[in-house]
Amino acid sequence: MAAPSEFKPIIVGFLCNWCCYGGADLCGVSRFQYPPYLRVIRLMCSGRVDLEFIFRAFAKKADGVFIGGCHLGDCHYNPEGNYDALGNSFVAKRILADIGVNPDRLRLEWVSAGEGIRFAEIMNEFGAKIKSLGPFGSSEGRDVADLQSGLEAATQLVPYYKLVERERFRVPKRTEDGYKEFFARADYDRLFKELVLDKLAMARIMGALRTGEASADGISRRLGLEPSRVAAHLELLSKQGIVRLDGNQAQIAVAA
Amino acid sequence: MEFGLLQQQWNTQNVLRPADDNMGDVMVVGGGISGIQAALDLSAEGYKVYLVEKSPTVGGKMSQLDKTFPTNDCSMCIESPKFIETDRQPNIQLMTYTDVDSVEGEPGDFTVTLLKKPRYVIEDKCTGCTVCVEYCPVKIPDPFNQDLSLNKAVHIYFSQAVPLVTYIDESCLFLKDKTCSICQTVCENDAIDFGQKAEKVKIKVGAIILSPGYETFDPLPRNDYGYGQFANVVTSMDFERLLCSTGPHEGQILRPSDKKHPKKIAWIHCVGSRQVNPTGANSYCSAVCCSYTQKQVILAKDHLPDLHAKIFHNDIRSYGKDFERFYQRAQKLPDVHFIRSYVSVGSEDPVTGDVSIRYTTPDGVVEEFFELVVLSVGLAPPKDAQRFSKVFDIELNRHGFCKVDPFNPLQTSRPGIFTSGAFQGPMDIPEAVMGASGASALASNLLMSRRGQLNEERVYPEEKDVSEEEARVGVFVCRCGANIGRVVDVPGIAEYAKGLPNVVHVEESLFACATNTAKAISDTIRDKGLNRVVVAACTPRTHEPLFRDTLREAGVNQYFFDMANIREHCTWVHSKEQEAATEKAKDIVRMSVARAGKLEPLDEFSLPVDKTALVVGGGVAGMTSAHTLAEQGYETYLIEKASDLGGVANRMHYTLEGMDVQAFVKDLKKKVYRHPRIHAITDAAVVHVDGYVGNFSTTVKSKGRVRTIKHGAAIIATGAAEYKPTEYLYGENDKVMTLLEMEGKLAKQDEKLMAADSMVMIQCVGCRNEDRNYCARVCCSGAMKNALKMKALKPEVEIYVLFRDIRTYGFREDYYLEASHKDVKFIRYEPDDKPQLEARNEGGRSFIRVTAADPILGKKLELDVDAIILAAAVIPAPGANELARMFKVPLGPDGFFQEAHAKLRPVDFAAEGVFLCGTAQYPKHMSETITQAYGAAGRALTLLSRDTVVASGAVCSVKGMDCVSCGACISVCTYGAIEFMDTPRGKKAVVNPVLCKGDGLCVAKCPTAAISLSHYTDDEVFNQIDAALELV
Repeated sequence: MAAPSEFKPIIVGFLCNWCCYGGADLCGVSRFQYPPYLRVIRLMCSGRVDLEFIFRAFAKKADGVFIGGCHLGDCHYNPEGNYDALGNSFVAKRILADIGVNPDRLRLEWVSAGEGIRFAEIMNEFGAKIKSLGPFGSSEGRDVADLQSGLEAATQLVPYYKLVERERFRVPKRTEDGYKEFFARADYDRLFKELVLDKLAMARIMGALRTGEASADGISRRLGLEPSRVAAHLELLSKQGIVRLDGNQAQIAVAA
Repeated sequence: MEFGLLQQQWNTQNVLRPADDNMGDVMVVGGGISGIQAALDLSAEGYKVYLVEKSPTVGGKMSQLDKTFPTNDCSMCIESPKFIETDRQPNIQLMTYTDVDSVEGEPGDFTVTLLKKPRYVIEDKCTGCTVCVEYCPVKIPDPFNQDLSLNKAVHIYFSQAVPLVTYIDESCLFLKDKTCSICQTVCENDAIDFGQKAEKVKIKVGAIILSPGYETFDPLPRNDYGYGQFANVVTSMDFERLLCSTGPHEGQILRPSDKKHPKKIAWIHCVGSRQVNPTGANSYCSAVCCSYTQKQVILAKDHLPDLHAKIFHNDIRSYGKDFERFYQRAQKLPDVHFIRSYVSVGSEDPVTGDVSIRYTTPDGVVEEFFELVVLSVGLAPPKDAQRFSKVFDIELNRHGFCKVDPFNPLQTSRPGIFTSGAFQGPMDIPEAVMGASGASALASNLLMSRRGQLNEERVYPEEKDVSEEEARVGVFVCRCGANIGRVVDVPGIAEYAKGLPNVVHVEESLFACATNTAKAISDTIRDKGLNRVVVAACTPRTHEPLFRDTLREAGVNQYFFDMANIREHCTWVHSKEQEAATEKAKDIVRMSVARAGKLEPLDEFSLPVDKTALVVGGGVAGMTSAHTLAEQGYETYLIEKASDLGGVANRMHYTLEGMDVQAFVKDLKKKVYRHPRIHAITDAAVVHVDGYVGNFSTTVKSKGRVRTIKHGAAIIATGAAEYKPTEYLYGENDKVMTLLEMEGKLAKQDEKLMAADSMVMIQCVGCRNEDRNYCARVCCSGAMKNALKMKALKPEVEIYVLFRDIRTYGFREDYYLEASHKDVKFIRYEPDDKPQLEARNEGGRSFIRVTAADPILGKKLELDVDAIILAAAVIPAPGANELARMFKVPLGPDGFFQEAHAKLRPVDFAAEGVFLCGTAQYPKHMSETITQAYGAAGRALTLLSRDTVVASGAVCSVKGMDCVSCGACISVCTYGAIEFMDTPRGKKAVVNPVLCKGDGLCVAKCPTAAISLSHYTDDEVFNQIDAALELV
């Protein structure tokens, strides 16, 4: 390893072609300056940003992920994909928080093609934020490999989430308030924990046990999950015969 | 060579090519931005165009500009793609270095004789390699750089020139005394031909468009402000070149005397314009100088952060869209001071070369030295104007510009000959562009029966099947002059790219977009057997189409292309962090190469075009557009919300020039109502819009009836509204009225108004304030119009105009002068010290007392007057929001519709197939509205005249095997592009590619990755993500 050099964050940016990418272009044309952290991937619509893209970028140790779309109501496309980007960012942030990645590392913004200066301001601000958080994993105070396996589990869960989303999490109103309200609802919260986060936690526990037997305590520390949650999941998993509990130690039940 | 000399030369040599093979539809004279646009529109409509330009390349004045206001877009970057389009369009015959000698005939059948100057270079043989330039021993001042740097006697006019071939200047030693012919020796292609003679060519066309542009005012003959005497006094065009990265010092601002960075610059406004005694200069306002000066100040501050700048100005005329904000941006810069003062230039310091300027301040006259003085010179008629007037037999106006009718500003005095651009008078680029599209519509009107007869289609080589080949990626890194090359290490990036997977060829270029480079790339693709191409240059939003075309030329599917944006997203935004920017540029290239490896060939498909048009808004703009389209055979629906057509023009009676508006509108309405192909629907509202370019379906509700109209193009011409003032006693006192209300009263010689002995006009009511941060453009001229009319009806009336800046731009300045000659009094007020009004009744006389500060006398003035006229702002029409949403087009920050590009696409929307004109876009005068309405019709014609439009190949498709029939994709796609279809394996989702818009929302919703969006597949994006983070 070379001497510790200055931290130069890498932020992966998913920019919609019509608004935010245009705003970034205008920012360049106007010579507004911002730090050289962003790596842009141009998509036609911010709604194309799959949850998997976000998890993959973090799993590859991106220090930040930025999603830029058109202002709500201004989406170039009739189905108004930026609402999907908004919903996805709420979901991604909750999942990131649950697996121990600081959700502030993900940022969603609306920038029109005429807002070059706004793009620069956001890049300056977000750049400073990521810089203050330090490299991926550092502000989290967690082992990067553990965060990566959490992200791996989250990625595995994406197809399942998409099915659940369709059945249970459809936002009734395509307005900004409608989205905020929906994601702040207590019953949504409960359901999301039950249907998504618990599944994710169990997947991660299984993942941890695959590397060898461990105590509930150890699992809880390694995955950054509350001991009570770990205990409850372990109990459930053992009832299903997937995990064998031996005193305080848990191990994967050998498949029949 | 002077035209006279050229003709003499021809007389002795007599080379003539007859007109037998030279048949065209339209000749466009002038290859600046306006001429280029006219030629492109006409060729797209299926006409064969001869584009004649007197200089060695197309481009005109715009190509010399560094940036364009108010977006500060790089001028050459936005204009040069149009050069290439012009060059590649088979229906445009480009004739550069050519003058017009004579014109005979009548509309539909003109014979034009052209005089082709000798280039001494055979255009077809020259490759633009510039070896001759290297060896040429003669250095001459470079005309493209305003003689501020040197070039050779043989050279290419500028690096993006079209055609990209050299020409030989008269200063060549061979031409002078045959003492040198080294260029001939070194040219490997035998392209130099000293035997070339001036040649006359006869061409037959049906119509002519004159777009010769303008000259900048030349301060040399009068030595205005020491120009020509003091080295450090330059014109704004000189300064434009100094700013530019392709300029004399590669974008370093160095002053002429000692090539040092000036730390103190003065700009002087109105040089050669707005002169009360115009001998040797002009009385009119040049319309663009205020904003271009602000642009230069902003850019200079960017180049030289410590710069101190003083701008000496008269009225600041920020009358255009977003100009007011642009002015504020310049004003807010540190150490930049705008000073309202006339100035005189004093002396030159013999030691430092600094130049002194005397100006007035509240404390008296001050003399101050500046290191550089920039003269904001005005616009003058083109050099050839007088000769053109004879050759084309057209009239000029008293200022020497082309004479036009305010109700048809694109028609010259000779039928069949139209005009566009600054030949009509000083104007900004977007007006020159909309005028070009408008003139093309008028020429098309004349020639519609022959549309398509001379049409030629472009032919591409057959596409190579590379499906069995390994990816062979070629990377081309562009220096973009100094734009990229000066910030990042281009050779280092190229070297790095060589080591990336699948990369088999890497090359640097100065301008990847230059015609010869694009062709060279095409050759390289073929020679090296490349099947994927990455160009690391600027933004794909402007240049992707050009490079895709380059791939097609090479027989490679155009979707095997990716652009690495290392300019807008790198060198321009990290200009001070050169190392980090270089690293980032390498990352961007790596991501692009990784993506390129996964790209797949895609087929584009054709969609039929419904040849019906829909125009929303039945004012002058909408009626003009609708009538133009209907005249050319297209069924047109005209939707008007009121019970009668006419819009705001119904309330107008005369123009500033004295034309009768009511007669004009009545006639236009009659033509529209009676036209068999125009279906005017009044009392109507658009309630729903579906579809896409070529195939819209719009639901209109009128008088309880709902109908759906299918159409291929739409024009939005919904106009604007008059602001209802809440200030200055409006609505409380009947002595207070708006300008438009006064116009109505003047027209019927309202008794009360005529009884008024005195009146105050207050300008800028409801705009140029916090609520509406824009200038309503028309009110200053409106005040002149009403004041002059009032004075004509009652000469003894006293009129005071309280104003902030008088913005009578262009020839409207004449009426400002006339008004002050007729003793209309103009008193300036500041926005924080607005006039106060008080209704009073004294001695049986009721009047309004206006209290205002007089800036000249420095005290409060009290005016007791009988009438108050408010210049109420022009504001967006109600309902603009909903309409914008339905048509999926944007509104700007002030609530007016936002065109696709402020400069070059002024009547287009980013959404294809929807166009824009009139005050819906921004407040404007009636003649400007008419020009724009013809322009919108012209643009719509380029679509309607085609049978098909090409749709992108980047659409979604479903892998039936993986589809679990959950329907997630179907519910997210409001385009209705996805449906279930019964298959032997059950119900599966299927995409109708014609309806798919390629947003990819469905892909993000599909739980099984069964649906994918080509060109933005998961694999392509994954590769980009992984490459971005490869080194982390």
